[in-house]
Amino acid sequence: MALLKIHEPGETPLPHEDERQIAVGIDLGTTNSVVAISNSEKPEVLRDKSGGNAIVPSVVYYGDDTPVVGEAARDQINTDASRVVSSVKRLMGRGLDDVKSVAGTLPYHVEVPEKSETENGEPMMVRLNVGNRVLTPVEVSADILRSLRTRAEESLDQPVEKAVITVPAYFDDGARTATKDAAKLAGIEVLRLVNEPTAAALAYGLDNGAEGLYAVYDLGGGTFDISLLKMQKGVFQVKATGGDAALGGDDFDHAIAEHLLAERKDGGATDDLDASDAKRLLKAARTVKESLTDQDSVEVTVPLNGKETKHSVTREQFDGMIAKLVARTTTITEQVLDDADVLPEDVKGVVLVGGSTRVPAVRKAVADLFEQEPLSDIDPDEVVALGAALQAEALTGGSDNLLLDVTPLSLGLETMGGIVEKVIDRNTPIPVAKAQEFTTYQDGQSAMMIHVVQGEREMVDQCRSLARFVLTGIPSMAAGAARIRVQFNVDADGLLTVSAREETTGTEQEVAVKPTYGINESDMATMLRDSMVHAREDMEMRVLTEARVDARRNILAVNAAMEADRALLSKEDEASINQAIANLETAMAGEDREAINDAAEALENASRPFAEARMDSRIRQALAGQNVDEVH
Amino acid sequence: MSNTEQTAHKVCWSCKGPVEASALFCETCNAIQAPGQLDHFTRFGLEHSFAVDVDAMEATYLKQQQKLHPDRFASRSGREQALSSQQAASLNEAFETLKNPVARAHYMLRLAGHEPEGGEGHTVNDPGLLMEAMEMREALDDADDKITIDAMIKDTRKQARACEKDLGAAFDSKSYDAAKKLATRLRYLMKMTEEARAKKSRLAAA
Repeated sequence: MALLKIHEPGETPLPHEDERQIAVGIDLGTTNSVVAISNSEKPEVLRDKSGGNAIVPSVVYYGDDTPVVGEAARDQINTDASRVVSSVKRLMGRGLDDVKSVAGTLPYHVEVPEKSETENGEPMMVRLNVGNRVLTPVEVSADILRSLRTRAEESLDQPVEKAVITVPAYFDDGARTATKDAAKLAGIEVLRLVNEPTAAALAYGLDNGAEGLYAVYDLGGGTFDISLLKMQKGVFQVKATGGDAALGGDDFDHAIAEHLLAERKDGGATDDLDASDAKRLLKAARTVKESLTDQDSVEVTVPLNGKETKHSVTREQFDGMIAKLVARTTTITEQVLDDADVLPEDVKGVVLVGGSTRVPAVRKAVADLFEQEPLSDIDPDEVVALGAALQAEALTGGSDNLLLDVTPLSLGLETMGGIVEKVIDRNTPIPVAKAQEFTTYQDGQSAMMIHVVQGEREMVDQCRSLARFVLTGIPSMAAGAARIRVQFNVDADGLLTVSAREETTGTEQEVAVKPTYGINESDMATMLRDSMVHAREDMEMRVLTEARVDARRNILAVNAAMEADRALLSKEDEASINQAIANLETAMAGEDREAINDAAEALENASRPFAEARMDSRIRQALAGQNVDEVH
Repeated sequence: MSNTEQTAHKVCWSCKGPVEASALFCETCNAIQAPGQLDHFTRFGLEHSFAVDVDAMEATYLKQQQKLHPDRFASRSGREQALSSQQAASLNEAFETLKNPVARAHYMLRLAGHEPEGGEGHTVNDPGLLMEAMEMREALDDADDKITIDAMIKDTRKQARACEKDLGAAFDSKSYDAAKKLATRLRYLMKMTEEARAKKSRLAAA
């Protein structure tokens, strides 16, 4: 008989060798992306074949052949700019209304849908016109992820199908769903979406064995996040989080670009920029920004519309251009500290994340606010991916560390008069399940609109609409008599599911809604067919793996039961159970999922008499020593 | 309490054998179980008393999350992942409820069959308290410097602490009507502290 492995309750036994697939950590950034792997809690970034840069610019070039991602795509800005897409993360999970506000600042044409909603009330996703293609932000992100996956597979010399992907803590439900959809398209199973600041804290915490309260200030290309974490005994507990999903280094570039344009105008140039000009101008602006990290002033040449102009930008000028943007980050930071009832001096360390924290004015603002020098001994461009890799290892191989995260934004429902009734407050630890009861406001009302929103404001139209659905079949009752229970579930990825049910009459109806700003199921199926021949095989492989996992757990459970209650086991039952286990093990060695499931069912049948004997015995024990009339 | 309740068993979904109704894991096969109808105090191994040691409770909370959190089940079967998510959510709810004194008081009132004030159809009917709250709000509106507001925050916090002590005594003596009133007062005091803090940061930002 096989030796039994006994584990402490809740301790994850290491998965079986053949199922322990490799899992990477991916920082899918607005400007740059990084992929990393961790072994024995030592994470490292994965570089390209020549051992060069770890950073992959989140830029995709859609030429006539397969899409090109990274440095090579960015180089195309100078020659074929209309087919280059960058900063697509800013559009993830965004609908018409949001894009109106950012569209003007994006260096490519955004196709704005005519209606803001589909017939089902789902918000319409924006699409990009790139060359001769029309693409969703999800597809562009999938191309970036695919390229990162390839890089990982080449570097590790083995297939990579699982990953932890990071998202800004402040990403709403739509943007999270869109990110998961992009991974699915790229053939990556997302083990967990982890918030970027939390991942960064993990990378620091494990390195330094830190205990206490830490702030993570994360200013990337397009997003700003601030999180407050308490670290104790291997648990990383997010206390409060805040941010702005549309504020980052890109805005610094825009500020410089506007400054350069204004100077050209003063010099008599009349610039009418098309998308390609804008991209070239922004590229020049970024060079200026990066140079001003080490230099006090920089010279730049701007060639537009056949007129070349020379400019000189000092750091002092630059600091002035971005002062308002930096002040916005410190105001948000103060609010988060307030939320958690924490003073700056309570914070033991401040971690800097994101390339934009290289800007001296940003560092100074953070140091002034917290009255201490921020930590930056891990490369701010790599720290998030390193943390994600650590979490990927923890999820596949077991770990003593644990991340406890929170919901970044409040979740609620529309009630009478367009007022939001909050069901889950922001900064609530996840996973969370909460229910609220509502009632009808008209006699005989048979249906009720459930409108799910996300945000901190009082009125529905100032919050983000996540989903709408109608609960029907409410039995005829007087106004206020029906009891409709709406249940909100937020899982460990921060994704929300909502269901509703009428409870008074016992007639239960349940409607589950997964808010989706990503891609609807049928579109997803089409895209999978179009873009990946292997999708089907991948899916079957996953189902087969799941069947094996279940089967192995079944065998362990039956073996444990036989060990515990051997006295209740007849010789015949033992023989037939062992035979069934042997059959199941044979089936598991094969590739036939049906055979595994059949053998698993046979094992269940074979062990049923034994299980019943165990139940009977326990009930008899429980009743022993009691008078019969005490038992109800 | 009868013996049958203490040793109530259900069938473990995994090994099909008996498992205690309140167990987090099956003692035979270690499979994670669905969260039962455990009340929040029992979950933390505490007596039903208003006075709780939040730090000790947090230590228990972290220890249990280490075992129950979905991250511990990421490579397990779908069913185990779902159960772990339910367990972790129940644990979060229990901790969030008990660590906040107002939520804890409301929870204890409901356990005792009393609906707290201020909820649906339960208006606050305490002229003295309403007057006090109005005066506090007016004082806050008039306050326009950090020192005054800090003094107000200090004062309301002191009152809140005293109120928590009275609440403990009210629950101990099962005086639920008094507890109801005190819980409402505590809610107002907490809200005032929050508003005073918000005003302070608005002043600092201006």
